[in-house]
Amino acid sequence: MKVRAQFAFVFNLDKCIGCHTCSVTCKNVWTNRKGVEYAWFNNVESKPGIGYPKNWADQNQWKGGWELKGGKLELKSGDRKSKLLNIFANPDMPEIDDYYEPFTYNYAHLQNAPLLEATPTARPQSQITGETMEKIHWGPNWEDDLAGEYSKRSMDVDMDGIQKEMYSQFENTFHMYLPRICNHCLNPACVAACPSGSIYKREEDGIVLVDQDKCRGWRMCISSCPYKKVFYNWESGKAEKCIGCYPRVESGMPTVCSESCVGRIRYNGIMLYDADKIETLASTQNEQDLYEAQCNIFLDPNDPAVIAAARAEGINEDWIIAAQKSPIYKMAIDWKIAFPMHPEFRTLPMVWYVPPLSPVQSQIDQGNLPVGPDGAIPLAGTMRTPIQYLANLLTAGKTAPVESALNRLIAMRSYQRSVHVEGIADTRALDKAGITEDQAKEMYRYLAIANYEDRFVIPTGHEEVRLEDFYAFQGQNGFTFGNDSSAGISKTSLFPERRKETVEVCVIQPLAKMKP
Amino acid sequence: MNFDLHTFLYGVFPYIATVVFLLGSWIRFDHEQYTWKSDSSQLLSKQNMRLMSNLFHVGILGIFFGHIAGMVFPHGLWVGLGISDIAHQWIAILAGLVFGGAVVAGGAMLWHRRMFNPRVRAASRWMDINILGWLVITACFGLLTIPFSIGHAVGGNATTMLVLGEWIRSILILQPEPELIRNVDTVYKVHVFFGMSVFLFFPFTRLVHVWSAPIPYLFRAYQIVRTKRGL
Repeated sequence: MKVRAQFAFVFNLDKCIGCHTCSVTCKNVWTNRKGVEYAWFNNVESKPGIGYPKNWADQNQWKGGWELKGGKLELKSGDRKSKLLNIFANPDMPEIDDYYEPFTYNYAHLQNAPLLEATPTARPQSQITGETMEKIHWGPNWEDDLAGEYSKRSMDVDMDGIQKEMYSQFENTFHMYLPRICNHCLNPACVAACPSGSIYKREEDGIVLVDQDKCRGWRMCISSCPYKKVFYNWESGKAEKCIGCYPRVESGMPTVCSESCVGRIRYNGIMLYDADKIETLASTQNEQDLYEAQCNIFLDPNDPAVIAAARAEGINEDWIIAAQKSPIYKMAIDWKIAFPMHPEFRTLPMVWYVPPLSPVQSQIDQGNLPVGPDGAIPLAGTMRTPIQYLANLLTAGKTAPVESALNRLIAMRSYQRSVHVEGIADTRALDKAGITEDQAKEMYRYLAIANYEDRFVIPTGHEEVRLEDFYAFQGQNGFTFGNDSSAGISKTSLFPERRKETVEVCVIQPLAKMKP
Repeated sequence: MNFDLHTFLYGVFPYIATVVFLLGSWIRFDHEQYTWKSDSSQLLSKQNMRLMSNLFHVGILGIFFGHIAGMVFPHGLWVGLGISDIAHQWIAILAGLVFGGAVVAGGAMLWHRRMFNPRVRAASRWMDINILGWLVITACFGLLTIPFSIGHAVGGNATTMLVLGEWIRSILILQPEPELIRNVDTVYKVHVFFGMSVFLFFPFTRLVHVWSAPIPYLFRAYQIVRTKRGL
């Protein structure tokens, strides 16, 4: 047993309102720079839909993640040799149009335009070339709130095996939001695919990072990540990805996307796992068993043997305590209501999702849909979102675990309704769903109330293990006398000059004429 | 021996180029490793990249190792292996034609893309355009030497090839003998000059990614874990 700690997430999709606050805060903090205008470390997709970049989940197209080749775990895009043979032109590389061409608007024209009959308009401008774009064909969130044609949206691979025609009808249509970030996988395909060895997993917290100095731009990580969450910065020529907000996390703060989440759907916490089991469990034969396999990799933080082994690995005491209080452990293991996204990619992702309920309340009120014993809370099978769709997304198509989770979420509501509306605790639904009254109360506290300190249990990083004298470390980051974070700005430099950060609009408008 | 332009270009310039090449690469790696990259533009335009880029890269690798094998390895090695000078010359002609042709074809297409694809052009630095053009021109001069080499091979006289090899080795053992190639056809000399200049420009361009050819990837474990301790 080799105990390692992992900084992990749960997103409660039941409460996601699709407001994109997470995306915008992340964008403003990390990717408002040249070369990554098109990159969203955090994005929120409307499902069903093909997502961002287009059709990312279809690994027949992108060859991301892992597969079993003759019973052995191998990158789906090919082994080390094939990576080097394809290094001059990566056949699976997405193109900028698979994301979208980044654009801004010529706002200055609104003020500078000469006197006109018609109101001046701000036309879109490509942030790559600076040219005016005639028409925008795709954007980072083109399918927002079921925008676009159903025929295109339903190309979503999670719609496989689902009667698409039926769900195309207005009465039957369904919709959910899917916020996505880097999964900081236990078996990351991007790390494995990197020819220069620049991507790595941090031993202390499992955050996956790209060493910007060591990255050579071979771009194999871009295609090998099955979630398409490694991006190529076309200005710097380096791979960039979600950094798990490590400077915040090291200080005990939640990631900026989690902190700013309006719906309080995001949970950050520590999971202990057995690193010796990664390869065996990721090699599980049947794809539908991968969800259970990943549950088996986690270690019980209250088990004295695990605690002793964790101490032996040098894991700090406050990290062990954090693992014991981890909201992630409760939801993923104790209550079994959270699932990894697309476990069939075999990367053992560490952002887990609570599936959304989607009751059709007016239909229930009219008595058109079957309900549970309380006469008000619907049954899992009557939700708008087909369980098969959620299962395709979360458990490689196995419906039983998802149905059980939905039943538990419903049972918790049914119980709370009996307490607050009827005044009598009715535990029949709880018994049927296999949870205790105490568990239901705790689930209510974590899911409905979602207190800050329950959502975020984050121990601080321990700089003292890295630095001899961590007091002297102050003043070494940020504005320094060296050029450790600049690319040189002198006019005559031996080295490629740093260019302007923003693309300027090519068209220079004449100033508006003044009245005589 | 009077010191003229020829002596400078083929007796001194090779050392200037080599020193700049080695020292420049070293300084850039140490000082500005963030700029050390292949600078791929495949994200911006993928069309025909598999054809163009593979032609160019495979061609240039073939040319590089071909020159090493034919010109840098000691002449005695090939004689010992039973390869006559004329056979050596014909192999060089054939390999040069194939790989040089690939570089010119792939490189010309890549250069066209870099100049006329608006997205790639917008993301191109001055030096990206220049170094690609320079490599293609060098390869073109290389191809232009082939008719002369064929003439030599048909005439049964491989002296030019042999003295060029001897000159390269004289440079490498720090005993430069520019006089050896004073009388070879001008096209060879121009090709050599352009070729040496590539090394001169090397550290200031994206070519530095050649140093980082990821061969160790073949032998490393897939997963990499770094720890703060002991860093």
